Amino acid sequence: MKLDAKIPAGPIEKKWEQHQLDMKLVNPANKRKYKVLVVGTGLAGASAAATLAELGYQVEAFCYQDSPRRAHSIAAQGGINAAKNYQNDGDSVYRLFYDTVKGGDFRAREANVYRLAQVSVNIIDQCVAQGVPFAREYGGLLANRSFGGAQVSRTFYARGQTGQQLLLGAYQALERQVGLGKVKMHARHELLELVVVEGRARGIVVRDLVTGEVRTHAGDAVVLATGGYGNVFFLATYAKGCNGTAIWRAYKQGAAFGNPCYTQIHPTCIPVTGDHQSKLTLMSESLRNDGRIWVPKQAGDKRPPAQIPEDERDYYLERKYPSFGNLAPRDIASRAAKEACDAGRGVGPTGLGVYLDFGDAIQRLGQGAIREKYGNLFEMYERITDDDPYQVPMRIFPATHYTMGGLWVDYNLMSTIPGLFVAGEANFSDHGANRLGASALMQGLADGYFVLPYTIGDFLARVKPEPLAADHPAVRAAEAAVRARSEKLLSIRGKRTVMSFHRALGRIMWEHCGMARDRQGLQAALQKIPALRAEFWENVNVPGTGASLNQSLESAGRVADFLELGELMCRDALEREESCGGHFRVEHQTEDGEARRDDQRFAHVAAWEYAGEERAPIRNVEPLNFEFVHLATRSYK
Amino acid sequence: MKIRLQVWRQEHARDAGRFETYEAPDVSPDMSFLELLDVVNERLVLEGREPIAFDHDCREGICGACSVVIDGRPHGPRERTTACQLHMRSFPDGAEITLEPWRASAFPVVKDLIVDRSAFDRIIAAGGFVSAPTGSAPDGNALPIEKENADLAMDAAACIGCGACVAACPNASAMLFTAAKASQLALLPQGQPERWRRATAMVARMDQEGFGSCTNHGECMAACPKGISIDHIARLNRDWIHASLRAGRRTATSGDSAGG
Repeated sequence: MKLDAKIPAGPIEKKWEQHQLDMKLVNPANKRKYKVLVVGTGLAGASAAATLAELGYQVEAFCYQDSPRRAHSIAAQGGINAAKNYQNDGDSVYRLFYDTVKGGDFRAREANVYRLAQVSVNIIDQCVAQGVPFAREYGGLLANRSFGGAQVSRTFYARGQTGQQLLLGAYQALERQVGLGKVKMHARHELLELVVVEGRARGIVVRDLVTGEVRTHAGDAVVLATGGYGNVFFLATYAKGCNGTAIWRAYKQGAAFGNPCYTQIHPTCIPVTGDHQSKLTLMSESLRNDGRIWVPKQAGDKRPPAQIPEDERDYYLERKYPSFGNLAPRDIASRAAKEACDAGRGVGPTGLGVYLDFGDAIQRLGQGAIREKYGNLFEMYERITDDDPYQVPMRIFPATHYTMGGLWVDYNLMSTIPGLFVAGEANFSDHGANRLGASALMQGLADGYFVLPYTIGDFLARVKPEPLAADHPAVRAAEAAVRARSEKLLSIRGKRTVMSFHRALGRIMWEHCGMARDRQGLQAALQKIPALRAEFWENVNVPGTGASLNQSLESAGRVADFLELGELMCRDALEREESCGGHFRVEHQTEDGEARRDDQRFAHVAAWEYAGEERAPIRNVEPLNFEFVHLATRSYK
Repeated sequence: MKIRLQVWRQEHARDAGRFETYEAPDVSPDMSFLELLDVVNERLVLEGREPIAFDHDCREGICGACSVVIDGRPHGPRERTTACQLHMRSFPDGAEITLEPWRASAFPVVKDLIVDRSAFDRIIAAGGFVSAPTGSAPDGNALPIEKENADLAMDAAACIGCGACVAACPNASAMLFTAAKASQLALLPQGQPERWRRATAMVARMDQEGFGSCTNHGECMAACPKGISIDHIARLNRDWIHASLRAGRRTATSGDSAGG
């Protein structure tokens, strides 16, 4: 497989501008002749669908939820970065670019990240124009806060519901186009296969989740904006329905999968309470602006927090990283929590937790000020745990939160299948090995509002709009494969539920491919996962039929794909013999336990290519050239 | 804890539906309500029976997917809490709990506890937006907004579109949902150019979808998991009246029937 990132030549600050000039345009009168299929309606999908329709293309959009407004972008709490420098604290496009490349531990593509930083300023303007109610100062201007991994205040927010407000802005723009007849929206539809004709993405096979009908939709280009695959861990901060099926189907049709092992484990989630647990809830990272993280100095100290005197507490982030303290990047904060718990200093009934303490902040600023800033988060914590964080410190523990890996895309966000574009968390491009806080929302909207509308136009300008016959052999084959798979799942009638397999896979992944990974563990996982998958296909019990709403069938298909995707993640983690960002290989660390990169051997993207059932996938490499940022050891000390 | 559930089962929209009883003998007080349903469903599958269909997704109270009436109250007994964030410690041991879908003719049942809320999307499509095509925006700080109004707009914008307001209303009115969006945009300068058209179009669509009229019961506000105030309904009513008078005046003076 040949990987051509198609990075435009020239100085980094001119690349995008020049590329915009070089790209071809579709004549306004011809735009309506092209159809674009957009799968997923989160920030990236909804913004892309709305903008493409505004430009005049025919758009069909799909989501598995009952409404596009429910995509999981809605749950993002903290904020969105933009290099506005409204605070006059030294921010700039270049600094946001630099912070993002560094935060990603020098494993992202420079040109993409620079463009992201450039358009970040347009995103804020766009969202304000839509009526997104960002937080404001008394003078009426936009408010900002600082966020993990940054030393400037560049994060815009809407209480603790920034993702919700940005998504509703994009959703409203999308619904406006639906009302105008420019977008046809298909809610409760799930992509189950990609249709590739003569090497080009030409359609998708979807299942209507209410009627069970399987149908092909043809288009001139396909956008996958289907989010991340962190639910491979079963317990994660993702919505229950989030899945990797769309990108996995595309991978099996020939799209390369970039850096599958890069997962982000978020440091501030509410700890697990028991085996019934179905998901983990994130507490916004913004809490780390005022909360102090600590554990007892003494292992096994089970006293209630109030009885542990100040000098017997270890504020380990402040101790180890004095300049960033509690605001150290997510991968570092998570690993430090794990170390504390592994050393027996974890708190709470399970010992898998650390304190996030607002005692000092309440004393300094008063309870009212803390309530104003974090009231809704404190309420949410109290509802879930039955503890009042104004009185006792919160208990937090890391949980899977984001996947930096995803389908490989070039500078135009096109995958290795011509006509198949991938946006938002579903692609691999901008965050390297670790994503900084408040950068996911920025990337989703950058891709959808400001990148895809240009690059898809350039692609379409080079192809003719062509209908795809419903009885084309490629369409028939794709539909037949979907039906056969559903029928197979429904015919097994074994003794284990889908959820029990999903939990089992999650345990394997968390144990061997979680916060710390080593050769032995990954090799064990590569034995265990195929065995579990084999059992799944012999012993899973999927009740009901395919001809009506069947939630067990939906989740069986998703778990079947996770059982393959998880294996690829472990394989990628095993091959990447270095530690970088969220990928921590125990064998590769410094004496004081920090990640040790190997830029000689691994300053590249691993792009995995499917080689067929029962055959090992091929690891292709896209070298990463750092022309504008110096490769340096990341230090937050 | 031991819990007994009376659950509404309905195969499809035209099925008559009925209650069925399920026992859950091993409930932890730390479970969320939806985790209880997971446990019951796991057992049903192993017994070769159809699990209970219910909408859910984020399970952290923000996506608005969950939509179950618990003992006659949308989202259950705890104020300002969605069903996914309700925990079993809110119920006594041995409780018998009744579960039903949202009941409203504008929300037809799809299956069991799942209803079709696409009418909400159509209300938004009718006018719940600011027409600001991508690329046309001025600088974000070009338009200062009084903090108080920005905060009030945010209060309204917190709506998660779950539909509990409709389920709680004796008239199955969607006024709280509709007003939350109309009022958010009416409070902001960006929303002014389309303010009157928006009020008229959204209310017309709401009526067309078969939601009832608002008669100021206030049940919607009590059931709203985000605590959205009926003050927003007052604002929409005022805007709607203003828009109607304005349309009439324009018709009278210029013959322009620009419908608000």
